[in-house]
Amino acid sequence: MTPILEIKDLWHFFGGLCAVADFSLTVQPGDLFGLIGPNGAGKTTVFNLITGVFRISRGRIFFRGEDITDWRSPRIIAAGLARTFQNIRLFKDLSALDNVLLGASARHDYHLWDALFHTPRFQRVEQRWSKRAYELLARFNLTRYAATPARHLPYGDQRRLEIARALISAPSLLLLDEPAAGMNEAEATDLINLIRDLHREFSLTILLIEHQMRVVMNLCQQVTVLDFGETIAQGPPQEIQQHPRVLEAYLGREGNTSEQWPLSSNQ
Amino acid sequence: MFPIIAQNILNALQLGSVYALIALGYTMVYGILTMINFAHGDIFMVGCYLSLAAALFLLGLPLHLPAGLIFLGALLFSMLLTAILGVAIERLAYRPLRQAPRVSAVITALGVGLFLENFTLAILGPEPRHFPPLIAMTPWQVGGLSLTLLQLLILIVTALILVLLDLLVRRTLMGMAMRAISDNRPIVPLMGVSVDRVISFTFALGSAIAAAGGLLYGLAYPVLDPYMGIRIGWWAFISAVVGGIGNIRGAMLGGFILGAVEILTPMVLPSSTYRDFVAFSLLLLLLVFKPTGLLGRPLFERV
Repeated sequence: MTPILEIKDLWHFFGGLCAVADFSLTVQPGDLFGLIGPNGAGKTTVFNLITGVFRISRGRIFFRGEDITDWRSPRIIAAGLARTFQNIRLFKDLSALDNVLLGASARHDYHLWDALFHTPRFQRVEQRWSKRAYELLARFNLTRYAATPARHLPYGDQRRLEIARALISAPSLLLLDEPAAGMNEAEATDLINLIRDLHREFSLTILLIEHQMRVVMNLCQQVTVLDFGETIAQGPPQEIQQHPRVLEAYLGREGNTSEQWPLSSNQ
Repeated sequence: MFPIIAQNILNALQLGSVYALIALGYTMVYGILTMINFAHGDIFMVGCYLSLAAALFLLGLPLHLPAGLIFLGALLFSMLLTAILGVAIERLAYRPLRQAPRVSAVITALGVGLFLENFTLAILGPEPRHFPPLIAMTPWQVGGLSLTLLQLLILIVTALILVLLDLLVRRTLMGMAMRAISDNRPIVPLMGVSVDRVISFTFALGSAIAAAGGLLYGLAYPVLDPYMGIRIGWWAFISAVVGGIGNIRGAMLGGFILGAVEILTPMVLPSSTYRDFVAFSLLLLLLVFKPTGLLGRPLFERV
């Protein structure tokens, strides 16, 4: 089977600082894959490299067998990838509905001409996507906010709106960047269930960055651990949990290994 | 007294229409690039000359086309060519400076304006050109008001453009992408939208609307010279700032306010030469009390 995402020997430098060192990763279709590591380990940088936010200087990235290393963001997104952000990035003055619709930009197959003259094609496409957007809002319990500017939504709802926006394009790979950031225990539990449901419902492949160990251990089948840009461990969560270098990275050398994993340490 | 005021309001609406159409170009470009395109007044001037050229060409054909058809032909021709000009200016002059300090782009815009003025001057010479009267100017008397077909046409075409633009920005995906860029530009590419394409589209749209304004202006005030874009450009720019730069409905409102200032000044003050003084004073006062313009958002709302 072709892996849905394959990263080979990826490096990235900010000035002289090595943010990602020789990073490789293979995600198979249907995986729920975790990417974890302490703050500043280079996790978000990896996402930014995958989605074309940063240009790649060394290494290659393949998406469904295609080399996307030199592609720009819009093309990568159109190929079937979608993501969320560590610190929520919505279009704050646009309504929740418009936010979700924008997520489907790459899928709107009509021309400006159609839009200006309201051709039947335009109306068909428009109707299909706004129906889809309303369905997604309903799925995420956000229907009542359809016309509300995103900035006025409660924090947790903004996070879920971001996921809805990522899902409308029916991506085959979803990148979630710390979806539980800033959530309390109960909210995080709800989120775990939501992600598990979405994974099944939309037959998604998910690559997830997370800080809260509980979330990763509950959700992921495979985990990769980054520290200072380097991959220090890879495997199923149970193994990772026992891995000496992981414990060291997270807890320090003298760390108490019998205790539970550190809670979220969002600044 | 009443008919005089009503008549002046009508005249103000006519002039305000042109200002509103041009102000839209300033405000849309600012909305997505946070840059003032100071060449926009001169793009309007070029649009005006292009409609003149198209109108003269169509009039010269031995077909005796009806005036309405000539009007439409000139409108479409100048809108199309001016749109291409706007896109070309952005591509060649502004895009290479996208990452440069803002002031470089502003100076470049002023340079592009000078280029357009002097290029027109070099080709056509300094003599003013006269726009052929296409549309009947014989006034109808309606309840003490004199209304010409041309005035009606200007108001209708402007209203049509404003409504279509509002729909486009609010309802279509391209409009949504424009709003998205002015809201949170870095993540727009991650929605699968090419920012460059939206910017090109915005320049095309703004320039085409300015060309429509150029044709309407040429018909109403039929003397064209290569420097006509300077004063009108400034007035339209003030309109955009008064309405709240970056806000499309604000630009429409500002245009009509500035139209009223220009028409009503000679009614209150002894001479129409005071109009620039009044307009700029209004701008200064507004900037003191409401720096973001009438419909603009406060700049620093995130605390």
